[in-house]
Amino acid sequence: MQYTSQAVAKPYFMAAIALFVAQILFGLIIGLQYVWGDFLFPEIPFNVARMVHTNTLIVWLLFGFMGASYYLVPEEAETELFAPWLAILMFWVFLVAAGLTVAGYLLVPYATLAELTMNDLLPTMGREFLEQPTITKIGIVIVALAFLFNIGMTVLRGRKTVVNLVLLLGLLGLAVFFLFAFYVPDNLVLDKYYWWWVVHLWVEGVWELILGAILAFVLIKITGVDREIIEKWLYVIIAMTLITGIIGTGHHYYWIGTPVYWQWWGSIFSAMEPIPFFMMTVYAFNMVNRRRRNHPNKVATLWALGTAVMAFLGAGVWGFLHTLAPVNYYTHGTQITAAHGHMAFYGAYVMIVLTIISYAMPILRGRTAANSNKSQVLEMWSFWLMTVSMVFITLFLTGAGILQTYLQRVSDAPQGFMVVQEQISLFYWMRELAGVVFLIGLVLYIASFFVGSKDPEATVEVSG
Amino acid sequence: MLLPAIPDTGFDLTMSASVQSGSAVEYPRHPPGDLAIWIFILAELGVFALFFAAYAFARSHNVALFDEFQQHLDRRAALINTLALITGSYFVVRAVAAIRENQRDHCVRWLLAALSMGALFLVVKWGEYAHHFGQGITLSTNTFYMFYLSLTFFHFMHVILGMVILAAVAWKAQRGAYSAEQHTGVESGASYWHMVDLVWLILFPLVYVMH
Repeated sequence: MQYTSQAVAKPYFMAAIALFVAQILFGLIIGLQYVWGDFLFPEIPFNVARMVHTNTLIVWLLFGFMGASYYLVPEEAETELFAPWLAILMFWVFLVAAGLTVAGYLLVPYATLAELTMNDLLPTMGREFLEQPTITKIGIVIVALAFLFNIGMTVLRGRKTVVNLVLLLGLLGLAVFFLFAFYVPDNLVLDKYYWWWVVHLWVEGVWELILGAILAFVLIKITGVDREIIEKWLYVIIAMTLITGIIGTGHHYYWIGTPVYWQWWGSIFSAMEPIPFFMMTVYAFNMVNRRRRNHPNKVATLWALGTAVMAFLGAGVWGFLHTLAPVNYYTHGTQITAAHGHMAFYGAYVMIVLTIISYAMPILRGRTAANSNKSQVLEMWSFWLMTVSMVFITLFLTGAGILQTYLQRVSDAPQGFMVVQEQISLFYWMRELAGVVFLIGLVLYIASFFVGSKDPEATVEVSG
Repeated sequence: MLLPAIPDTGFDLTMSASVQSGSAVEYPRHPPGDLAIWIFILAELGVFALFFAAYAFARSHNVALFDEFQQHLDRRAALINTLALITGSYFVVRAVAAIRENQRDHCVRWLLAALSMGALFLVVKWGEYAHHFGQGITLSTNTFYMFYLSLTFFHFMHVILGMVILAAVAWKAQRGAYSAEQHTGVESGASYWHMVDLVWLILFPLVYVMH
């Protein structure tokens, strides 16, 4: 660790992993509820478990992004973090807010939670992914502002690198677009319209900048390739991301009552959204192939390359699958969407956070560069188990989605929703099975932090 | 080189071969400028190609409508703009030629001249938009206007981006960042500007003229 204040990243990473576990457990619960309807009912109904599954995902990724920023910004800026105490304080504020919110979801009915948190004063609850009580949302804004202030001051004070500026731009966008979570017009079309400004412009806009910056940082560190080369790619990738991603929002505007031109705009621009992801894959492999040193942290390299591939597949290819308006007319809201959602979130955002954790955590825990061989091998097993099982989850959901689309919407004798659900239950069972394998991978991942921690650090073979 | 080199198509967008003569530096080099800008240019051309294909597809289903409303466009303004962009392209070629001769002042002046052509384009185009908007035309008027406004506005934004890039290059050139030996930035900016020009050279006949 070059700067002592980088250590504030550690609790953020630990909280991220803990919430990751919660997310997967609730994922398994809802996966089972698909085929065993009253499992855990009435204690944990499907809608509540789903809310916990999606909300913990977003919150742990935010923990991961913040941890990543606290780790890499001081190193890039070549200066200590502006206010480490503020980072620690905000960590606890955010963790307590997240814990209370999840407890609220689980312990009281949603309507009661709305009453308890005085949602009527400023109603923002009840929208998918933005279900948090208004008071939690305000807490998120406070945490985000303090975080941005801390990171921004550090960047201003130190060396200004492209990685830091792109990261800061992404984080700034993240905070700004979250403000639309407070805008809830009565008109349902407008409501949906602006809701996507948070949801879409996060994951297909500013989050990609954060992803690009973190990936660039790790690639600079593990490959030793000239910063200028990596930065140039970063520029090209983010320019393409913004050109395609911003107007690409249109692929959510096909059927919600917005003007027809969105069908053209959304189709054309979002069809191009795979391009920046493809560039990212080409560039990640290229940088690793042109590496000027062999970094002893091999598993971090694996995560970095994995991110580039899986983000392209999940966000790029599986997104393209149903992004054209004439296709989406049939597939809208089916399991195809779920397939895309799972692989895109895993491939792009889960994996980039695990990449930076894999790179930074050994150093934060006192190693000079990498964990022991034993620990790395175990982490590689977890990489493959989680990644391959996610591929299968995606394939099973895609199978379910294709059948669902056909039976429910395309065939000559379309069948009702529940009738169709019954017929595709085999796919749901297989998905659940793949989910269990994912959990095993996650357990091994956590185990890799404890296994071989007394063994000597891994070194690079001299052969190179 | 980051990637396998882009095959030489024999269609040299920067016309580097024609403007350099007697330069000490080894030319022509393919592609001129930074490879990253070429990846970007190819991606941009991809988006435009898709947009043009969508236009052709929509038009084939609505030939009468497209032909009718095409008549309402101001072809003279578009012709002026075509000339403005081609002239701008000529100016950036002169800027590249100047820096290859180590003439920084000339390079900056040619870049500013190209910028003025970009500005002329924006003014003329804005006049066209003002005319259409004055008639109450929007994206929802009909499919033809949807495409006309979307395509030209998307291109309009690219002219602005091209101008920002050229301005940045001019600013760096002014500060002495480029020389006869090292002027990748000038070539990259010029290449991007040619792309903006090239797209218009397809857009103009496609949207304004062909029926």
